[in-house]
Amino acid sequence: MSKPSNEGFFWLLFSAGGVVAALFIPVHLFLFGLAFPLGWLPQPSYGHLLALAQSPLARIYLFVLCALPLFHWAHRFHFTLYDGLQVKHLNEVIFVLCYGGALLGTLLSGYLLLRI
Amino acid sequence: MTMQPSTEFHPRWYRAKVSTYWWMGSWRYLLFILRELSSVAVAWSVVMTVLLLRALLNGPEAYARLTQCLRSTWMIALNIITFCFLLLHTITWFNLAPRAMPVRVGGKRVPEFLVAVPNYALWVVASAAIAWFVLRTS
Repeated sequence: MSKPSNEGFFWLLFSAGGVVAALFIPVHLFLFGLAFPLGWLPQPSYGHLLALAQSPLARIYLFVLCALPLFHWAHRFHFTLYDGLQVKHLNEVIFVLCYGGALLGTLLSGYLLLRI
Repeated sequence: MTMQPSTEFHPRWYRAKVSTYWWMGSWRYLLFILRELSSVAVAWSVVMTVLLLRALLNGPEAYARLTQCLRSTWMIALNIITFCFLLLHTITWFNLAPRAMPVRVGGKRVPEFLVAVPNYALWVVASAAIAWFVLRTS
């Protein structure tokens, strides 16, 4: 090893995000992406969802729900492009775009949750 | 990575050429790529959550516009595909966990399904709890 590596840190974010994504994301997408739009379940009112999102615990939960899975995506997508499409010459650009995107999404969700 | 040759006429390093479509050759490789691509579905789900939060912040009209948009055929189709990928992620993640962290009791390795089952149970409980909070009418 010529220089210390951050790989462990990124891998930790990746696996924590993977756990959050596996446990919590399917039910969110099922409700808001399928069950409500298709009329399988009654669409919750604006007031109910706003009140729910405004509670402190829900804000923390929603922040974790947005932030960690984005870093999970960044890690996996980065390596999918790297190994799958073998675009190794663009490695640094892809790394910046993936983790930059994840960071941007995290900041945006934090900002929305603080103001909501 | 570039390797500096140690002598003037150093042989070139042998690198086997791998096709860009190497993952289409076998079911295992295809499943691997599909599993890696499930991360895109995860990212899209987060984007949807952020859009929902933004609509909640912007008021009832914005919320009504978003729910209308989510009812369009394209959105439903996209979200059906997304949900399939999310299930792929959850199943592969839970099934991998006992291999990444083998649990041993009394020097013997606990069978993989006994490690995976609590994960699935937790998944069901967590999903039910979230659905209860969202659907509750008070």
